[in-house]
Parts: sequence; structure tokens; C-alpha cells
Amino acid sequence: MTLGPLLSLLLVLAVAPVLPGIATRTRAFLTGRRGAPVLQLYRDLAKLLRKNVIYSRTTTPVFRLGPIVSLVSILVAATLLPLDGHTALFGFSGDLVAFTGLLGLGRFALVLAGLDTGSSFEGMGASREVTVSAFAEPALLLGLTVLVLATGELSLAGMLGEQLAAAWARTLPSLVLAAAALFMVALAETSRVPVDDPATHLELTMIHEVIILDHSGPELAMILYGQALKLALFGVLVVSAVVPRALLPSGMAALALLGGLVLIAAAVGVVESSMARLRLNRVPQFLVAAGALAVFAVILLLR
Amino acid sequence: MGLLLLVLFPAGAAAVAYFVRSARLRLGLLVGTALLHLASTARLWADPVGPELGGWLAVDALGLLVLTLVSVLFLVVAVYAVGFLRTEPPRGGRVFVSGLLGFLAAATLVAVSHHLALLWVGMETTTLSLAPLIYHRHDRRSLEAVWKYLLLSSVGIALALFGTFFLAAAQTSGRPLLLEDLIAGGARLQPALLRTAFTFLLVGYGTKMGLAPLHAWKPDTYGEAPSLVAGLMAGGLTSCAFLGVARITQVTMAAGQAAFVQPLFLAFGMVSLVVAAAFMIGQPDLKRLLAYSSVEHMGLLVLGLGLGGVGPYGTVLHLVNNGLTKGVMFLAVGNVVLVTGAATREAARGILRRLPVSGVLLLLGLFAVTGSPPFGLFLSEFIILKAAIAQGHLMIALTVVALLAVIFVGMGAVVLDVIYSPSEVPTRGAGESLLLVAGPAVLLLAVLVLGLYVPPPLNRVLLAAARGLGVTP
Amino acid sequence: MSGLHELLLLCVVLTNFWVLGTTRLSSTIRATAIQGALLAGLPIALHPGWSLHTVGLAAGTFAVKALLLPAFLSWAIREAAVRREIEPLIGFSASMVLGAVAVALSFGIAQRIPLQESNSSLLIPVALATVMVGLLVLTTRNKALTQVVGYLLLENGIYVFGLSQAERVPFLVELGVLLDIFVGIFIMGIVVFHINRAFDSLDSTRLSELKD
Repeated sequence: MTLGPLLSLLLVLAVAPVLPGIATRTRAFLTGRRGAPVLQLYRDLAKLLRKNVIYSRTTTPVFRLGPIVSLVSILVAATLLPLDGHTALFGFSGDLVAFTGLLGLGRFALVLAGLDTGSSFEGMGASREVTVSAFAEPALLLGLTVLVLATGELSLAGMLGEQLAAAWARTLPSLVLAAAALFMVALAETSRVPVDDPATHLELTMIHEVIILDHSGPELAMILYGQALKLALFGVLVVSAVVPRALLPSGMAALALLGGLVLIAAAVGVVESSMARLRLNRVPQFLVAAGALAVFAVILLLR
Repeated sequence: MGLLLLVLFPAGAAAVAYFVRSARLRLGLLVGTALLHLASTARLWADPVGPELGGWLAVDALGLLVLTLVSVLFLVVAVYAVGFLRTEPPRGGRVFVSGLLGFLAAATLVAVSHHLALLWVGMETTTLSLAPLIYHRHDRRSLEAVWKYLLLSSVGIALALFGTFFLAAAQTSGRPLLLEDLIAGGARLQPALLRTAFTFLLVGYGTKMGLAPLHAWKPDTYGEAPSLVAGLMAGGLTSCAFLGVARITQVTMAAGQAAFVQPLFLAFGMVSLVVAAAFMIGQPDLKRLLAYSSVEHMGLLVLGLGLGGVGPYGTVLHLVNNGLTKGVMFLAVGNVVLVTGAATREAARGILRRLPVSGVLLLLGLFAVTGSPPFGLFLSEFIILKAAIAQGHLMIALTVVALLAVIFVGMGAVVLDVIYSPSEVPTRGAGESLLLVAGPAVLLLAVLVLGLYVPPPLNRVLLAAARGLGVTP
Repeated sequence: MSGLHELLLLCVVLTNFWVLGTTRLSSTIRATAIQGALLAGLPIALHPGWSLHTVGLAAGTFAVKALLLPAFLSWAIREAAVRREIEPLIGFSASMVLGAVAVALSFGIAQRIPLQESNSSLLIPVALATVMVGLLVLTTRNKALTQVVGYLLLENGIYVFGLSQAERVPFLVELGVLLDIFVGIFIMGIVVFHINRAFDSLDSTRLSELKD
């Protein structure tokens, strides 16, 4: 365990809550409003940590486990990524499957917690969430396949680290396409427009928000923080695919990472302000399109 | 300059006809252009001209045959159109006459073009110039027909363009896409690319010919277009499309790819015959019946090409006979439609009593188009069958004879019913003006003559054309 | 400039996917306009040198494919009440998947064709891919206008293929081809307009009266 990856992990953990704030602020700005302050999520988390937790009478221990498992799985997934551009804290060959699996585990835990409440809204949200993820995971794996083929490495640290920097100039078009596909998957996984609108208050139109309706206090804080961290992780994926951070000195690499994350968050905000949420039966088409882009990138690499 | 003028003159006439106000002047322009065109073509027989525009335009035996066929057919159709437009006034008639003249110009371009991409341009123009004519009646059925025609023909032509580009890629020496250089450099053409080019060109131009299974647009289009337009298409447009197929055949034969090409021709030919026979039985609409007959004859044309030996000679003779016979049939049916309003079995019963001359033409035309002696089509079909037997394709010969018998029965049942059965359906008025029957009668006479005696000049040209389409020794 | 033509060709494939995935008719027309603009830039990217041939071809292509035809097609559907494509024969997701398969196939086929350019450049694979996607759209969509767009894609693919043979197919013929395609789409657009008027919809499955 070296210092570099640990420091960059701590950096990302600290910075993560800023990203949803940037996205919301950009969206508000583009639609003519002022919007909430960028650091609002920090204040929300602090407030929630001070509050009590209330459990519904219909819930079981599964409900209490949900947020914990989801946060822990995302944290473990974070240790698999090469956040400093070279090595990951706990990377190993084939850990891209573990990464996908951990994200799936977190989502599964939250879905179970939602079902556990016995509410019909949350059941509806649970089925929608699982459907979306059924389409998102293949697209994610296809996007990662592009990176595997470009670098010949099976570990995330290898795919996004030095080998990618070596192959970067040769395979740039495919990497751009893969980054676009991963960005679309990120929108789906972090429940943003066009898949799910985080700002809506109508439960019938929600996918992710409605699952976490019954959580309160520190548990809600865990879920919100986990969401922000997920956005950060996907942002790291997208940024690493297009920017060869391994070539930069470590200070510059960290700056590049932060700058890239800010840009991704702003891009999310732009997308949110310019598109409407897709009709539910169009969401699979959106993710299939992401998969098709990734397939095209694969074809370009194989020829 | 002569050949270029031959193309440009009808094109110019088409443009002028669109802006001329007087209907009489337009019709005069139509017939006048047709006469001039035929006269120029006749002069080409007596006094052949050399290649023009660096070899892009030239007249060889095949081209001369198609050119003459189109020219004769067009004159007959033009004269018929004068009678037709008098009894059934169209929407102004401007688009009608312009479209017809535009077709003549484009068909001439196809016939005299020796640059295969220029030939493609001509083919596409023939397709487009006829589209407004198909939609003549401006009702739902003709709209559906023209939509299917446009879509399928355009896809076919696009694939033919693809094939033309492959052919350009296959050529390694000589001036690109020029017929003479392609044939002369045949051995040096890249085989795989040439075969790909041939396949695409066969499918593309075959769609325009109406070979099964690419024929889906034919029954609808021939059924809904005015009869004289359908006759021009069945005789002229299919011949131009056949010329496209024939040109690539010349190239592939010169390149020694006969073994690849002939089975394809045999397959398409047999499928066309089977499909035609199947759909002709119980077909109530006369024009759709004739459309399937056209599919049948196109099948016979490529069958002749695929058999080798004396087959190509039969094919080119059949090309001429078929064009003339289709003209007779469609124009005769056109007279029926003018009087009864529809070309179906029920509407047109007992036509012999009301339109004696057209009825006789229809009856004799039936025998001609199904290949009965003494008409020309019998001779050409006989030659093709002879080629089949000589080359050892006994099963094919027997199957073809059986299918031709089925077709005769199928067609005969409908046409004889139409001609002879008594009917109480009231007529619509128009009698039989000379303009409407003179043309078809002349064509029928020509088919009869050709069945008995092929004049030596024509025979020379036929032999020269067949030589290019056969296997070079 | 050598990388420019690769970028243009990649964007052409992206516009193909755009046509496959969109439901709005105006969106398909916009995609073809952008594809036309990309194709207009190809001759200049392939043969840097600003000769009369390349500039004329580029200008003509841009005028026809990027300006005139999309404007004309928009005119043809302006009276159409329904501007969205109904679920096609094989579904939008399946169309997208088939489009990706078509791209994969065309890259595979292009390797095997014994043409000098096929090994290094993207021209042949992208040409084949566009032809296949055009045929896919033409055969599986219900709206008459989308079928015309499919035909346009088919022609664009053949045009790209023709560009790879640029030395062998002379300028005049390319112009003639362009003109013919323009007139063809023009006539098709008029027919689409009439279909909309006669049937009060652009649904080509209504055109089923003629049969045996």
C-alpha cells in the first residue's frame, strides 16, 4: 500500500459531494435560475448525520443493511480504480468484473431495502431500477472491453494507467467513443436525465429516488454520499479513458483528475438542462445505443 | 455528332413540350420527334457511324437492335397516344408528353452508350422519366403502384451502380469502364471483383427487367399505368435493362467467366418462368396477366444467355419479337380499357362484338405472346429450346415446354373468355379510330413476318450481337 | 489532412446510428443533412490540392445532399400530422443491434475484398456499412419518408465507395450520378407528399390494395 494511491483515494472521497452540486448548479444556471450552492451536499450530509433514524414497522434488518452495504461496496469499488493514474490500492487482474459486480451489489442491496418496506411505490421503483441496470451492465462491460482491447490489460489499474498512455495516440478515436458510451452508462447508473430525473417530486416518474424514500438520518446520508461517490468513480473512468494521466507528473495528474471531474459534472448538468427524461420504454434503447457505440469502438480496434 | 444529337434531340423536345401550351402542338412534336428518330435510326442501318466522344458513344449490333426496337415501338405508341389523349384527356398532357420524350432520349442514351457508367445514367433516367406517367390517373391505386415502382427500381439501380464501381475497380488497364477496353482487356480483369460486379449488375438491372424474384413491382405498375405506357415499358424499358445485362455479359464472356455466369442465368430464367406460370393461372386482370407474361419472356431471354451455343441468337431474336408483341397486346388491351373502363375479366367480356378489330388483335396477339407458330416468338423459343437440348440440359428443356403449356392454358382461358363470352355490360362510347388500331396491327404484322422469314440485314445484325454474348472460342 | 478523412468517415457511421435510433422524422432528415455535409468534405480531405475536380464535386455534393434534398424532404412532410415513426418491423433496439452487426460485417468483408485501399483506409468498410444500414432502414421502416431516407443512405454508401475509385470514374459521370440521385429523390419526395394527401398519413403499410 503506497502513499500515492491512498492520498488520491482520500482526495476523491473528500471531493465527491461537490460533483452533484456542480451538476445541479450548472443545470439551474442554464435554465435561468440561481440554484443551490455548490457545497450544499456537504451541509445536507452534516445535517442528516445529526438527525435520528426512523424505521418503519414493516421493515426487517434487511432495510437497515441496505445503505451500509451500498456504501461499503462503492468504497471497495473505489479502491480498484487507479485514482492517481498509475496504480490502484487493491487492484488485481480481472478486477473490472469485480468492479461491475460491486456496483451491482450496492444497487441490489438498496433495491432489497426498498422492497422490504412493502410500499408499492418502492416496489415499482425497484423493478424499474433493476430493468435499467440489466441494460446498463452490458453497456458498461462493452465500454470496458474497448479499454481491455486497447491496452491488452485485464485489471482496471492497467487499463487506465500506463499501458493506456502508451496506446493512447494510436487508439484515440475508439477511446473517445468508449468514453461517450461510458458517459451514457454513467447517466443511467447515477440516475440522471435522460434516464431518471433527480429533481422530480412525482413518485410515479421516479426510478432511484423512490427506492430511498423511507430512509432517514445517517442512513440517508450514507446513500446520498454513495451516489455522489458513484458519480465521481464514473467520472474517473471517463476522464482516464481520454486523458493519459500516467504521462503527467503526479501534481499535474491530480489537478487533471479534479478538473476532469468538474468538467464531467458540468457536462451532466448541461445534459440535464437540454434534454427531457426519456419515456420508460425508450431507456433500453438509450443504453443499447451506448452499447452500439462501444461495439463500434471495438470494431475500430480490431481491424 | 450524329449519335449525340440522337440523344439530345428528344431531350430538347421533352423540355420544349413541357412549356408548349397548345395540346395539338405538343402531340405534333411528339409524333414528329418519333418520326425523325426512326428515320435517323434507319439511316444508321444503311450508313453506320463511328464512335464519338472518345468512344463513350458508339453503335454496335446489340445497341442497334435495341435502338431500333425502341424507336419503332415509340413511334407506334406516339401515334396511339394521339388517339388516346383525345378520348381520355389527362391533366394537361404536358407531363405526359414530356415524360414520353424524356424516355426516348434516355433509352437512346442507354442504347448508344459504350461507357458503362453513362449507360447507368441513362437507365436511371428511363426509370425516372416514366414515374410521372405511371401516376397518370392520380388515384390511390396508381399512387401505390408508382411508390412500389420507384422504391424497388431505385434500389435495383443503386445496386447496379455499386456493381459498376466494382467493375471499375476490377479494371487494371485501358480506359476506365469503356466497353471496348473492358472486352479487349478481359483476361486482365481481376476475377473476384468482376464476379462481384456481375452479381450486383445482374441483380440491379435484373430488377429493372423484371426477373423473378425481383419482379414484385411489375404487376402493380403495368396494371395501374395507362396501357400505352405499360406497353412502352414492357417492350422498351425491359429491352434497355436487358441491354445493361447484356453488356456485362459481353465483358464476363470475354474474361472467360462463362462457367460462373451461366448457372446464374439458368437459375433466374427458370425461377422467372415458374413464377410467371404460377401467377398467371386465374389472374382476372388483363394487364397484370401481361405483366407476368413479361416476366416469363424476360426469363426466356436470360435462359438463352445461360445455355450457350445457339442460345444467345435465340435470345436476341426473342428480344425483338417480344418487344413488338408486347406492344400489340398492351395497345389492344388499351382499346378495351378505353371502352369498358377496366381491364378485368368481368368488365371486358364479349369485346369481340364491340371492338371487332381490337378483339381480333387481342386474339392473334394471345397466340403470338404464348409462342404459337407462325408468329415470331415461336421461332425464337424454338431456338432456345434447341440450344438447351444441344447443350445437354434435357430437364430444363422439358420443364420449359411444360411451363409454356401451362402459360398458354392460363392466358388463353382469360383472354378467350374476354373475347368471346356474351355480355350485357354497357359500353362507354369511344369506337375504334384508325389511330388506335393502326399501330398495333402493323406491329402484329411485323411479328408474323419475323416468324416466317428473318430478312438478311436483320439476321446479320442478330448474328453479330449473339457472337458477343456467347462463349468466345 | 490524412486524419481528417478518417474522422469524417467515423462521423458518417455515427450519423447512421443516429438514423437507426431516432423516432422523429425531422431528426432523420437532419441526420441525412449532416451526413451530406460530411460527405461533401470527403473529396477535399482525400485529395488535398483544391483542384477544380475536388472543389466542384464537394460544392455540388454539399448543395445537393446537405441543403437541397433535406429541405425538399422537409417540405414533403410539412403537412404530415404525425411526425413520429411508429414501432418498425424489428423494433428500435433490434435495429441498433443490427446496425452494429452490419458495421462489424462490413469491416470483416472489406478485409477480404482484394482492393488496394481496403486494408488501410476506412473508405470501403464505411461504404459497405452505410449501404447495409440504408437497406436495413429501407426494408424495416413503416413511414414512406423513412424509406426514402434509407434509400438516401444507400446512395451515400455507394457514393463513398465511388470515391475510393476516384481515379477510374471521371468527374462528369460523378456529376451525372449526383444529378440523377437528386431527381430521383425529388420525384420520391413528390410521391411522399401525394401519399400524405391521399391517405392522410405517411404509413406505407396502408399501401396494400394491389395484390394477387
